[in-house]
Amino acid sequence: MQYEPVIGLEIHAHLQTRTKIFCGCSTAFGAPPNSQVCPVCLGLPGALPVLNRQAVDCAIKAALTLGCDVQPVSVFARKNYFYPDLPKGYQISQYERPLALGGSLAIAAGGGRRVGLTRIHLEEDAGKSLHEGFADSDRRTYVDYNRSGVPLIEIVTEPDMRSAAEAAEFFARLRDILVWIGVNDGNMEEGSLRCDGNVSVRRAGQQAFGVKAEVKNVNSFRYMQKALDYEIERQIDLLESGGVVVQETRLWDAAAGRTVSMRSKEEAHDYRYFPEPDLPPLAVDAARIERVRATLPELPDARRQRFVAAYGLPEYDAGVLTQSAALADYYERVASEAGNPKAASNWVMGELLRTLNDRGTTIGLVPLAPQALAGLIRLVDAGAISSSIAKDVFAMMYDTGRSADEIVAARGLAQIDDEAALVAIIGDVLAAHGDAVAQVRAGRQATFGFLVGQVMKASGGKANPKLANQLLRREIERSA
Amino acid sequence: MLASSARAIRDDVAAGRVSAVEVCRAYLDRMEAVNGSLNAFNLIDPDRALAQAAGVDRRRAAGEPPGALAGVPVALKDNLCVRGMRTTASSRILERFVPPYDATVVQRIERAGGVIVGKTNCDEFAMGSSNENSAFGPVRTPWAPDRAPGGSSGGSAAAVAAGGVPLSLGSDTGGSIRQPAAFCGVVGLKPTYGRVSRYGLLAFASSLDQIGPITRTAADAALALGVLAGADPADATSSRQPVPDFSAALTGEMSGLRVGVPRAFVAEGVDDGVKRAFDEALDTLRRGGATLVDIELPHAKYAIPVYYLVATAEASSNLARYDGVRYGYRSSRHAEQGLRAMYSRTRDEGFGAEVKRRIMLGTYVLSAGYYDAYYLKAQQVRTLLRRDYEQAFERVDVVATPTSPVPPFRLGEKVADPLQMYLTDVFTVSQPLAGLPAVSIPCGFVGRPERLPVGLQLTGRMFDESTLLRVADAYERMTDWHAATPPLWS
Repeated sequence: MQYEPVIGLEIHAHLQTRTKIFCGCSTAFGAPPNSQVCPVCLGLPGALPVLNRQAVDCAIKAALTLGCDVQPVSVFARKNYFYPDLPKGYQISQYERPLALGGSLAIAAGGGRRVGLTRIHLEEDAGKSLHEGFADSDRRTYVDYNRSGVPLIEIVTEPDMRSAAEAAEFFARLRDILVWIGVNDGNMEEGSLRCDGNVSVRRAGQQAFGVKAEVKNVNSFRYMQKALDYEIERQIDLLESGGVVVQETRLWDAAAGRTVSMRSKEEAHDYRYFPEPDLPPLAVDAARIERVRATLPELPDARRQRFVAAYGLPEYDAGVLTQSAALADYYERVASEAGNPKAASNWVMGELLRTLNDRGTTIGLVPLAPQALAGLIRLVDAGAISSSIAKDVFAMMYDTGRSADEIVAARGLAQIDDEAALVAIIGDVLAAHGDAVAQVRAGRQATFGFLVGQVMKASGGKANPKLANQLLRREIERSA
Repeated sequence: MLASSARAIRDDVAAGRVSAVEVCRAYLDRMEAVNGSLNAFNLIDPDRALAQAAGVDRRRAAGEPPGALAGVPVALKDNLCVRGMRTTASSRILERFVPPYDATVVQRIERAGGVIVGKTNCDEFAMGSSNENSAFGPVRTPWAPDRAPGGSSGGSAAAVAAGGVPLSLGSDTGGSIRQPAAFCGVVGLKPTYGRVSRYGLLAFASSLDQIGPITRTAADAALALGVLAGADPADATSSRQPVPDFSAALTGEMSGLRVGVPRAFVAEGVDDGVKRAFDEALDTLRRGGATLVDIELPHAKYAIPVYYLVATAEASSNLARYDGVRYGYRSSRHAEQGLRAMYSRTRDEGFGAEVKRRIMLGTYVLSAGYYDAYYLKAQQVRTLLRRDYEQAFERVDVVATPTSPVPPFRLGEKVADPLQMYLTDVFTVSQPLAGLPAVSIPCGFVGRPERLPVGLQLTGRMFDESTLLRVADAYERMTDWHAATPPLWS
């Protein structure tokens, strides 16, 4: 029997704000435990939340980028449950009236199909329970509340994905976009981007959805596809063997490579949502939406198209250069300073990306300023150095931080354009390779190339290749 | 001095006729003297108070402006946070809790030169109408040692009535300032929702809670409200409405005033003596130049059930943070049984019976399958109630009712029957549900040989505390009920 998987995702993304969503504490990751806390995010008696406007703008930014309808009024609600890392005994979230509805994101799978979004809502993160790593961890759990109150958006998709690969692609694209617009840092290890999957299967051709299981903790690209695939197979096996899928929450156990039941529908929490009385409804007017819209960076698709149209780059180049906003920004600066978009593209995609890759670093940490790279390109374009020398110069610039001009001058790498000097070198080469000269005269063009190479070699690579070519031909004819 | 109003103390301190330290010492002595019989205070902090008072004197000597409450001793209900001062909400679960921060009202009082002397007893987490739900024992009304001072701000009202302080703060969720003020024969003002910041008030029901003053005169309530009121960036529900000069509104004038009387509402279940005092008070208002207008509040009869649905729902969530994890009481029994056992033992041992009753009721109200029928329905009726008042205020300026349908009852009299206790809130729950300001002022006595105080309640338009205080003050000028002192006062 053929089965079709149906997958929807719930993504939690930390918003890159300086301070928490309901208090002024820092959101910086990695501080000593419980050093970024106050009465509000510790849930002390009498403390009250005040909404961080920057968090709202960040969420609006994500919503606009994903084509959602930002709601003129949304309402915070309390999600009530007991857990030690939840200091108030409830999480402030949004429930019946979220910040944004609708929206979609295209994936390449299925021929550029769009995955629909149900909603985006704002909420606060909880603290972190530390069950391991202490001498008394067999008896005690410690809690770090630094993360308590860090602003989040939850993005809920429609059940529009039909394979684990599609879901993984969607998640990767969503991550790229959130990082691109500066809303999220994309760091899954630090938990600033997390994903749960709702998985069901149905017989091919069947309209109704099957019973779904929620798979929690699929927090890396590596595991995501594995976890979802495992769950799909598990459900198919169950149905094939005459069993039924039960609605439940399952946890991905990365070590064991399987999902395990966490709680059944009957054990599911009754969160007793109700409107948060400590916060007035959140009103977002059109002016605010437009203000945020004006801060939206050009999106990758649009930027790629512009690179093709404005710079005459091949689609492939434009795609590589728009992998990240930082790389695209870097490229544009090199291109405009150098006045040669194609050469800029070749350098950025070639030497620069290769070097970054070799050094295991990223564009954000590149020590070479775009102006400096542009300087190198200008030297090549002006014929001051040859392309092959330019690659050596690039490496030296990257390592020393000195400019192309300095390096070329200091090392005497400037191209030899002087006719007399070149003719002298050519004379030596011709004298040393009489046989080759005879072959060229007999019409073997390949051997002409050999002689060019010898001239370049004799000049230490500095001979102006075009001029050397011309003069070599002239000298061979002249010596006949 | 102990009979002085807050205003008189402030004037004397500001003029240098008496020092804040002298005032403070006199009141501290008085508090110690009366507290044994009243149990009005959970904590008296003489060292801190005297240091604060000395600071006021120092600043005055340095020529700084003295502040609107210069040298005035102030007692706080024990659900208001003061940095470094034990704040218990009269609950075992917070018996040893010391807040690391000040409530906004505490900052405002101290900035105005007020001297915080201690924390007053109350019903646990402000849940109750008799102050019998305190983990630290009941308070007694200074008027009769075997009777309740009302609740939940019973200690705050009793302390003022007994001359222990000229000004105390209470919190009012369903009458918790006004009813004890009535039972103790003093003035209690619940401001409009949003008028006073709730930051630092231990939440009972967030959409209803308001902090307000308890005083012996309407003029002192006006003085205190002026200090307390105003927008607070730390409370998103605090209002940006401008704060008028409440004291300047006290013109003594009430001619042309239209007083609405919901006759049908006050006809039922009101004690005869209370009824007589209320009618007499209406008569006084009329003699003062006010016009009495019969009004209807058709949905007022639903106010108690609506209140006990909304308030308990919010309370069940607000009190979830008392879980033994971060602060407060934690049960150490059977720690090996794990987290859930720790939660339930901590909360079972830490909370009193009434608090647990309300948490359970509120949890039920919000549960899946019941939310629409209870919580949502209650919110809808709340809207109707608000409309009742809006319509009434098209025709009248204030609404008058008794504060409580009964005079102070005997301790223990209603403890066994929570519903009977809840019903005594009949006249005080609709204002918080509608967000409206209301004041209770002394309007007579019932009973013999004991004299048990009766309160007149005036309810006003949103943010129109000025009119309430003007009428209350004008009424005081025509009567001397507010000047009566309990037998304890010697």
